[in-house]
Amino acid sequence: MNNFMESCKNKKIVLLYAAAITFLIVSFFLGIMLGSTYVSFTDIWGAILNHNGTGSGARIFWYVRLPRICACLVCGGALSVSGAVIQGVLANRLASPSILGVNSGAGLAVILCTAFEVYGGWQLSAFSFLGAFAAVMLVSICSRKLGASRGTVILLGVALNSLLNAVSDTVITFNPEVGFMSSNFKIGDFSAVTYNKLIPAAVVVIVTIVVLFTLTNELDVLTLGDDNAKGLGMNTGFMRTLFLLFAALLAGCAVSLAGLLSFVGLIVPHIVRRISGNKASHLLPLCAIFGAAFVALCDTISRTVFSPYEIPVGIIMAFLGAPFFIFILVKGKGGHARD
Amino acid sequence: MIEIKDLSFGYGKNNVLQNFSACFEKGKLTSIIGTNGSGKSTLLKTIVGILPLNTGGILIDGTELSSLKPQKIAKRISYLAQGKNTPDMTAFQMVLHGRFPHLSYPRRYSQKDRDAAYSAMERMGILGYADKSMVSLSGGMRQNVYIAMALAQDTDYILLDEPTTYLDISHQLHLMKTLRTLAADGKGIITVMHDLPMAFNFSDNIAVVSGGKAVICSSPKEVYNNGVIKDVFGIELNYSQNEENYYYGYNQK
Repeated sequence: MNNFMESCKNKKIVLLYAAAITFLIVSFFLGIMLGSTYVSFTDIWGAILNHNGTGSGARIFWYVRLPRICACLVCGGALSVSGAVIQGVLANRLASPSILGVNSGAGLAVILCTAFEVYGGWQLSAFSFLGAFAAVMLVSICSRKLGASRGTVILLGVALNSLLNAVSDTVITFNPEVGFMSSNFKIGDFSAVTYNKLIPAAVVVIVTIVVLFTLTNELDVLTLGDDNAKGLGMNTGFMRTLFLLFAALLAGCAVSLAGLLSFVGLIVPHIVRRISGNKASHLLPLCAIFGAAFVALCDTISRTVFSPYEIPVGIIMAFLGAPFFIFILVKGKGGHARD
Repeated sequence: MIEIKDLSFGYGKNNVLQNFSACFEKGKLTSIIGTNGSGKSTLLKTIVGILPLNTGGILIDGTELSSLKPQKIAKRISYLAQGKNTPDMTAFQMVLHGRFPHLSYPRRYSQKDRDAAYSAMERMGILGYADKSMVSLSGGMRQNVYIAMALAQDTDYILLDEPTTYLDISHQLHLMKTLRTLAADGKGIITVMHDLPMAFNFSDNIAVVSGGKAVICSSPKEVYNNGVIKDVFGIELNYSQNEENYYYGYNQK
């Protein structure tokens, strides 16, 4: 904690945290208030004071908007932190849960669960995590065995992604009922979120992120390279597996809630890294806050721009995120050559 | 003292080190020299526990290496690898990570750790670069930061794998003088070198490695007189001496 407070004396970092928290609060309230029906502050306050309020505003708040926005925050935070961790551990800035097949692994597990009619929140999160973990470990182990370069790691991930998607499509082809929900699932969508799904995933995500916050120095030391990290007494194999396990846990929970939200796990860590630097003690919390706020904002836009119609949040994220990402890259003149 | 007895190690079926025996003392600068692929880097990695030993043993101040956990080894020996990443962090953060082996979970650096890092940077004359990014530093300055990290680690032995590679001659000389000072302060410095005159001119001891074995480990003068350099490298060194200094150089003939 001393470390954290010390570096918070840095004015830029303080401003960044202030901006991130403001962004989060604004996104949260916009998400709660806006939609096909406007929910005012009075409605929200009334709903909080009288939990079983019977007004439409109170019902919309408790049973529609609140679980949905909370799911956005959980997924955004989880995927962003997962992306930052995977990028750090694999020393590859192009890595992200969606590119390496982690999301697809979780997605296949969720599709299989649906095919076998396993709908319980905890079970869905657990199987989703197992799918994500299997995928990330496969990429990690193959990379190590092959002595793969950073580019090859990405190619391995792309290949695994294609394979897992092909398996998912095969399952969907033979199970039309699963296919019914597959298009929104593949783009990423929060319309089907319930408390039953949200609570287990949220608990796992929050606990995992808190544990990761205590391991930020380990993540930084891993970036010094294997031999140097070992020279500092770190069991790099164990730590790398542990970090990938946590990253898979986060991505798996996010996928079990909202489907295959791509991009957020790549774009948010990149943007935050460019502003805050690489120090994991700031990178991870800022990724969590910015990622949560970004997904919540995108979801609100997806519900309101073409209201009463709703488009999957993944489309809005790509429309908003991609140009901004390109702007950041161009402004930074392509970033570091070694990336 | 680091004592190596009949050490053998190999990658797969290829034996890199075979019945290797040598001693490295505290307060001495020992350079390990040998041709490419002779097992110099492998030896350092084995001493620091990164690579397992197949047979034989390593004693660190009388304690068997295999009985020590990685963190305990890192409290006794610091190791600077050959190909070092240049992480995008400040020089101070980098040096502070030298304190990593001294932390227990949850690993948070204390004021004592920060003081140790500042002190190491001051000793290396790089305190003014504390807030500079590693990426923006020159190769020579980065090497100084890495050595400051090893100093912050506060170990009795420092192992360096080809520390002068990529450095210009003035930075090479500065680095070797620094290593000499550290040895004079009581640290055991073991460094892999390719520049023979540099190794001979600055080291207390020279260990010649060939075919995975220590051919000789002795003072530069004895190694020079032994004639082993010609056998191993196929070249000759010159030796000249004036009233104050002696100097080794390549024989141009």
